[in-house]
Amino acid sequence: MRYVVYFIIILIFWLLITFSLSLSNIIVGAAVALLTTLLFGKYSLESNVKIIQPQRYFWFIVYLFIFLWEVIKANFDVAYRVIHPALPIKPGIVRVPLEIKSDIARTMLANSITMTPGTITMDIVGDEIFVHWIYVQSDNPEVYAEKVSGRFEKYIKKIFE
Amino acid sequence: MISSIIITIGILFNLLGCLGLIRFPDVYNRLQSATKCVTLGTCSILLGVLIHYGFVEIGVKALLSIPLLFFSATVGAHALVKGSYKAGIKLGDKSVKDDYKEEVR
Repeated sequence: MRYVVYFIIILIFWLLITFSLSLSNIIVGAAVALLTTLLFGKYSLESNVKIIQPQRYFWFIVYLFIFLWEVIKANFDVAYRVIHPALPIKPGIVRVPLEIKSDIARTMLANSITMTPGTITMDIVGDEIFVHWIYVQSDNPEVYAEKVSGRFEKYIKKIFE
Repeated sequence: MISSIIITIGILFNLLGCLGLIRFPDVYNRLQSATKCVTLGTCSILLGVLIHYGFVEIGVKALLSIPLLFFSATVGAHALVKGSYKAGIKLGDKSVKDDYKEEVR
């Protein structure tokens, strides 16, 4: 069943990106989608029930706006550090505990962290995430856990878990 | 008009990202500017294209490129950072903290 959902998503994506509804294009798209599904289908979502729950989409849209705001702030922050003559950076690698468990939620959290204020996800070991931070603001682990992942974790939990 | 403004902002952010690539001291900080500023800059340019042309072929393609760019930039940055750490590239002189050291060894 999950393979079928995966197949349909890929086919829609193909049709959008080629932007034509001719028969030959649909056949080629179906072949490509089938091949991709056979090769990578086992990495897709664990359950299909989650796809049809509307509250997840609602939280996704809320999350999208919060995320966009954070991304814009992140960019001004990095841009400020680039332009400033003294180059005010204080980089370091910090360890942050993770609360969420499922793989796809962790992937989304890691991607969100990479895109926001001066942080890049380096690795996940067990239940901890390692983050390179351009300006380490304090030595207290709780403070920087809140700064790095706290804002997103509660929304991602609602969307994916 | 709006599309021109958005595209200009995008180009400005791309410029700043490239400036950061030159100014920052080590590979990790350089990747920070390379992923953040350049991704937002390029996304703004694509969004400007969408607004300028509307939902026709080129606009939809530009819109679809945004998530593709987003995921490839983040995953690529992650792979590069981890790879350079494993390859033994040191953090810059200004670094204050390194929790990852005990984990790799």
